[in-house]
Amino acid sequence: MVPLSWYVLLSAVLFTIGVVGVLTRRNVFIVLMSIELMLNAANINLVAFSHYLQDLTGQIFVIFVITVAAAEAAVALALIILLARNRGAVYVDEFNILKG
Amino acid sequence: MLNQIVFAYFAVVILFSAIMMITRKNPIHSVLFMLLLFFHIAGVFVLLNAEFLAAVQLIVYAGAILILYLFVVMLLQVDREVKSARANRFWPWLAVFGLMIAAEISLLVLRGSFPAGNDQTMRMAAGAGVRELGMDLYTKYLVPFEVASVILLVGLVGAVMLAKKTEN
Repeated sequence: MVPLSWYVLLSAVLFTIGVVGVLTRRNVFIVLMSIELMLNAANINLVAFSHYLQDLTGQIFVIFVITVAAAEAAVALALIILLARNRGAVYVDEFNILKG
Repeated sequence: MLNQIVFAYFAVVILFSAIMMITRKNPIHSVLFMLLLFFHIAGVFVLLNAEFLAAVQLIVYAGAILILYLFVVMLLQVDREVKSARANRFWPWLAVFGLMIAAEISLLVLRGSFPAGNDQTMRMAAGAGVRELGMDLYTKYLVPFEVASVILLVGLVGAVMLAKKTEN
């Protein structure tokens, strides 16, 4: 039997890798994929707790997370196409159109 | 014991491919490592008796979302990627920061205790099947389900509206 804390540790480390990817990479594709990585880390956590607490709510939550991830990926990729068409770049540090 | 070995295999491959994913120069290589990662996460779901979610993970994540990424990466120019820097100039600091977060969460998890016992197992026949999942989804969670379908519709319309070529 695998202890619950192993799953929590796996998802924590995976989430941290996603955070580092979002913060460090310049390519906006990798940034988006790191966000998907963080969502997957949360999913592992939800399914693990659903298994150990013997409650299906966690699995249902994962279905909603996957739905939102799909919608988010579609809209974000449309935005990337738009940015690449207007600015000619896919690097986050070259998007300074709002002068932030 | 066998479960632990299988889990260790999945965990090692997941962490390896995640690190490879955020460090590759070529975005296509990153997408392929992400594919490997999604397959092994589906394996972890099978290990947790969530077979339906493993199938959904493979079909939706690996089959739809990742292929969408791959298409857009291939549509846009990625030749510049080989020449320019892949990370911003603060990356060593941020990597150390990430290691600190991971160490802190690991410490908290290892010192804490969970409400669920470690030796508990899922009720195999009565509570974990696709049937029970569907019953819950369409009765108890019907309103969130409908809201999710509206979100998908908004995503669909939004993506088409944004990526459409304007005439002027």
